[in-house]
Amino acid sequence: MVGGVGRKEDRKTAYDAGMMKIAYYPGCTLKTTARSFEKSVIASYRVLGIEYIELEKWTCCGTYFSLAKDDLVHHIASIRNLIRVKEAGYDRVVAPCSMCYNTLKMANEEVRNDEEKAYRINSFMDEEEDYRGDVEVLHPFDLLREVGMDRVRGAVKKPLEGLKVMPYYGCMLVRPEIAALGKGELPGIMEDLIKALGGVPVYTPYNIECCGSYHVVSNPDFVMARARDIAKKAVMEGAEVIITSCPLCHYNLDRMQLEAKRKWKDFKEIPAIYFSQLMAIAFGLGKKDIALDGNYVDPRPLFEAKGLV
Amino acid sequence: MKDGVGAKGKKVANTAMNDEAEEEKKKVTIYIMGKAYEVPAGLTIMKAVEYAGFQYIRGAGCRAGFCGACATVYRKKGDYKLYTALACQTAVEDGMYLTQLPFVPANKAKYDIEKIEVSPNTLIKFYPELVRCVSCNTCTKSCPQDLEVMYYIQAAIRGDIEKVAKLSFDCIQCGLCAIRCPAEIAHYHVAQLARRLYGKYMSPTPKHLLERIKEIESGKFDREMEEIMKMSIEKIKKMYAERDIEGATEARAKAEKD
Repeated sequence: MVGGVGRKEDRKTAYDAGMMKIAYYPGCTLKTTARSFEKSVIASYRVLGIEYIELEKWTCCGTYFSLAKDDLVHHIASIRNLIRVKEAGYDRVVAPCSMCYNTLKMANEEVRNDEEKAYRINSFMDEEEDYRGDVEVLHPFDLLREVGMDRVRGAVKKPLEGLKVMPYYGCMLVRPEIAALGKGELPGIMEDLIKALGGVPVYTPYNIECCGSYHVVSNPDFVMARARDIAKKAVMEGAEVIITSCPLCHYNLDRMQLEAKRKWKDFKEIPAIYFSQLMAIAFGLGKKDIALDGNYVDPRPLFEAKGLV
Repeated sequence: MKDGVGAKGKKVANTAMNDEAEEEKKKVTIYIMGKAYEVPAGLTIMKAVEYAGFQYIRGAGCRAGFCGACATVYRKKGDYKLYTALACQTAVEDGMYLTQLPFVPANKAKYDIEKIEVSPNTLIKFYPELVRCVSCNTCTKSCPQDLEVMYYIQAAIRGDIEKVAKLSFDCIQCGLCAIRCPAEIAHYHVAQLARRLYGKYMSPTPKHLLERIKEIESGKFDREMEEIMKMSIEKIKKMYAERDIEGATEARAKAEKD
């Protein structure tokens, strides 16, 4: 096993020593349009004593978990990525992108719970070792629960001083139940995080509403209207910024607000950033790690005005 | 059937057979496009096909594993798998059913390399079928060069042109990946575009090359060239044979010592 990193018994020792290593699955978007997510999530988790070790070999997760019962070929990418995690000597992998997290987790549960499908997928991938779901798929939020909010609070150098933050879960972290971060509709983890960073979570009926997802390709007006509704509600409830962990939600909320502003002159924008950027800000990290420069609705004025960046 | 066997037949002396002759005697049965032929073990597929009496008009090139012309598909008796290989680099095995692909009709985009705008979407623009990849890994399994074909296709989808260029560097364009791909991607053409883009627009220009070009253009080597042009063939041959390749003299000395 590489570096005594994965197994449960080694984990406590690793944490105690100040650096717990975990296999990191980036996914395509964190390497392209969501570089700010990758930079900030790696940097902020390092502060918490968690080091993301990127898999040497990985492919697209498949983007979504195909729900057609006989569409096994679309699970192969996910399963092979999990096999690569094992080959690298880990038994857990963290996937920050909500879509990747959901897809990997669903595929993992599929081979755990359906012997016949597992058999068919494994016999197709005849060059890899058989896989039966023995890797744990985690979201960075799972790791927050593991280290505890005391540790997060302890890492805060620039408390958010009551900054009002809307935690936007979207769909992939809460649906379906088998992949959900917690039981019930609201996992609550983002709220706990916001509080630990010194902010105030803002509840709206849209916290777990769908952003319109990939309809942005074929029906951008529909997604624009959804982005408008979500942003409008956030502003109405007093939020100053929206946080998310999904690059697609982020794109839809960020970019489509620009379109909404063009269409409805009195529309008031609200910046949307990744939760890890908020962590990096509160942890007092450098500009490169916070990476606030890639947004359509510029979040910098807000944080500059508050003296946080 | 025994096409060609006579031509290769060899009289063996009455004395005890040496190992080479023993090897020569050992025959394997291969099936070329369904028909059985007995050929000496140890031959490459290409030589075995010729031994059997066929003549290559297409599907053979350098005969040294570099040109990618001799893409071969085969199966072994009792095995469902379709294997791929270069005919000039792979030894025959008993019970091989084989055929060769003289040409792969893969989709090839037209472009003017001088006029391409490089962006993360460039490869997808010319080869939109890239996104049909489901990571089945069939391409990687089919590659006779043992390249990580699937991983460079995945890099291509992400627009990581540099990674595509580097992972595909040893591609010899045989086309076996494309012929096996269930998503009908033309991997080798995508990779070639990536290497061209990387070479032209992305890789750093080496300083020493620019300096050398300047030297050449300023006429630094003109006199030497003129001298060589006037030399006799014999003298040029001698010079060539005696030339010192960087490190070669040293390596030779070491080999002799060992």
